[in-house]
Amino acid sequence: MGMTIQTMMRDVLIALAPMVLSAIYFFHWYAVKQLLTCVAAALLAEMLFTRMRGRKANLGDLSAVVTGVILGLSLPGTAPWYVGVIAAAIAMGIGKIVFGGLGMNIFNPAMVGRAFVMIAFAGSMAASGYVASRLNIDIMSQATPLNAHKQLGAVVSLQSLFWGNTNGSLGETSALACLLGGLFLCIRRVASWEIPAGVLLSTFVIAGAANLMNLSSPWTVAHHLLGGALLFGAFFIATDPVTSPLTPGGKWIFGMGIGALVMLLRLFSGYPEGVMFAVLLMNSLTPLINRLTIPRPFGGV
Amino acid sequence: MALLKQQLSKKRPSSAFSGSGTFSHGVHPPQRKTLVSDVPIEVVPAPEKVILPLLQHVGGPCTPLVKPKQKVAFGELIGRGEGFISAALHAPVSGVVQKMAVTTLPNGRHLQAIVIRTEGEQPDAQELWDQMFGGEWPVKTFQGLTPEQINAAILSAGIVGLGGAAFPTHVKIAPVGEKPIHTLVVNGCECEPYLSTDYRVMVEAAEVVVAGAMLAARAVGAKQTIIGIEDNKREAIDALRRLAGGAGLKVAVLKTKYPQGSEKHLIKAVLNREVPLGGLPADIGVAISNVATMTAVARAVMRDIPLTHRVISVTGGGIMEPKNLLVPMGMPIGGIIDICGGLKKNAARMIAGGPMMGFAFTDLATPVTKGTSGITVLTHEEVRRVDQSVCVRCGRCVDVCPMKLVPTKLAMASRYKDLDLIRRYSIMACFECGSCAYVCPAGLLLVQHIRTGKALLAAERNK
Repeated sequence: MGMTIQTMMRDVLIALAPMVLSAIYFFHWYAVKQLLTCVAAALLAEMLFTRMRGRKANLGDLSAVVTGVILGLSLPGTAPWYVGVIAAAIAMGIGKIVFGGLGMNIFNPAMVGRAFVMIAFAGSMAASGYVASRLNIDIMSQATPLNAHKQLGAVVSLQSLFWGNTNGSLGETSALACLLGGLFLCIRRVASWEIPAGVLLSTFVIAGAANLMNLSSPWTVAHHLLGGALLFGAFFIATDPVTSPLTPGGKWIFGMGIGALVMLLRLFSGYPEGVMFAVLLMNSLTPLINRLTIPRPFGGV
Repeated sequence: MALLKQQLSKKRPSSAFSGSGTFSHGVHPPQRKTLVSDVPIEVVPAPEKVILPLLQHVGGPCTPLVKPKQKVAFGELIGRGEGFISAALHAPVSGVVQKMAVTTLPNGRHLQAIVIRTEGEQPDAQELWDQMFGGEWPVKTFQGLTPEQINAAILSAGIVGLGGAAFPTHVKIAPVGEKPIHTLVVNGCECEPYLSTDYRVMVEAAEVVVAGAMLAARAVGAKQTIIGIEDNKREAIDALRRLAGGAGLKVAVLKTKYPQGSEKHLIKAVLNREVPLGGLPADIGVAISNVATMTAVARAVMRDIPLTHRVISVTGGGIMEPKNLLVPMGMPIGGIIDICGGLKKNAARMIAGGPMMGFAFTDLATPVTKGTSGITVLTHEEVRRVDQSVCVRCGRCVDVCPMKLVPTKLAMASRYKDLDLIRRYSIMACFECGSCAYVCPAGLLLVQHIRTGKALLAAERNK
């Protein structure tokens, strides 16, 4: 056995490597800069806020690094440095330390930070670009696939969504990278497989139903599953153990709730994507889900 | 088709019994049994003195029947069981009674104890072995006994469960009451890592185990008797199988998994029945007892010998020469460790029992009691050291809890003294197997917290 909090966090970092690599491959120094900013700011913020609480910061458990990397991967590379810094400070301060630090927070810290900058700096969060290395252009600024679809009805090819040569937040563009890292996490049992399974299942069902009602839509179930932050969110954000339910049954409910909310937001809201809000909403329901899914003890009725 | 049938029956070698041969959840800690599993039982001569707490079992303490300076003979009754759930106490040596002492057992209980200084003639090692395990066990000649007679012999011999919980056996192996018993399950699982006492008893004294089981089955009126053994104990399985057919017993080979030796999980594995929460095996028509206890029953009924000695494993990386010993009750553990060559330099922790459910202790004067199944001395390398951090709600404890509880919630509720939460999460169902603490990545002392929670609840009830 011998699993400790630190080795769990180390496993998460290993699982995040494919996304970090794909981000660097597609977004070059934008990705490097954004990730470094977020990790450094997260560590600094953790230290600062824990000290304000009069406690000793424990950076060695790597949890602040994990939050920093996930936050960085959930931001567009082009967002200015201060966006990353502010997001990290909010994530650690408001998202985690005010609740009592590791293990005590209700909301996923990285998503708390991201939600803040998403609203406060809407402009810099939307615009992004990726370096099309095979073209002789330094950077192509364009809308994300989901945004382009929502605004213009444009459809990005499934190949692009799978490999990741498209636009979006750093970590979300490559479905392949998300799957690789996500499966590793599930196999290591650091992430509970029930959560991503629930997310994907309910997304599949709802997207499928939406598709059946509008057969002519070129945005298929596969686009819904591979596009946007769905896979990244399902495997890396929703599976944060602290903010997700404890029991297998609860994990299914939690995952399916996220999938349903994502589809609700994607189909009916003004936002092109809904993973972040879906996770935060379900986070708030976690204590309730835990209470409703107390397992039947052995020999109990 | 025939081939398929053959395949199917191969897949279920357990067709002799109705359970699946295992239970859900649980953990696989390293076994480390080979340190001592092949060492034959050695008889320990009478020590200079023995310390016999008046309460070595679940229930009420016994009343001392001897006074200081009084001479007692080997096997003499020195304490009378009081009330229904209690057990008699017998002198494991001949000698002179000293002043009553207070002793602290590894589980933290302070108890009055009778101290006997050894004096005069003692049975030698061979004699003791022959009395307790040797010779013939012609159980058929005892089949005329009534259940009441068998039960009376168990009661007067002061027998308690030797598997660890030390519940008085006359209560469990009792003649038919309002709840008829259909099956006697004999527990030979010994799922606790390191320990090999039950294993050695099964290998070296299979005949005594079978004799005891037949008598116990007769006492409870069971129609069938099943001995459950984990599949890592080949020799014991073979030894008992050789005798089982003739005796009308079944041997159920079970998957090696901790805590298979838990009563409820053993019944689940062999009969596919669940003991209701808060209930007893008798509620579903099952009586259950440990293999070593069966040998004590055979001795009491067939040879009129009280429970004065037991087999323990002295093992762990921190012991010079790990051994299995037949020791007199009340022998101070320090003397036992000396017999095993003493402690190694890197010994780090002494545990009464095994590493999963045992209690750490520090005082070498601590006596062996009826419930001591072994002494495990771990080295620094064997002790898992995780700095306690905080629960990240990873749910590993939920995944392994054999009672399907939510250990981290119970621990938290106990820490915050939240009685509502403690009740809602069924704290009393926890039997403290330690699977949760074993897997906890945060190194939390979950079992200790839950024990406090149970105490809180008990205090609340007694208000």
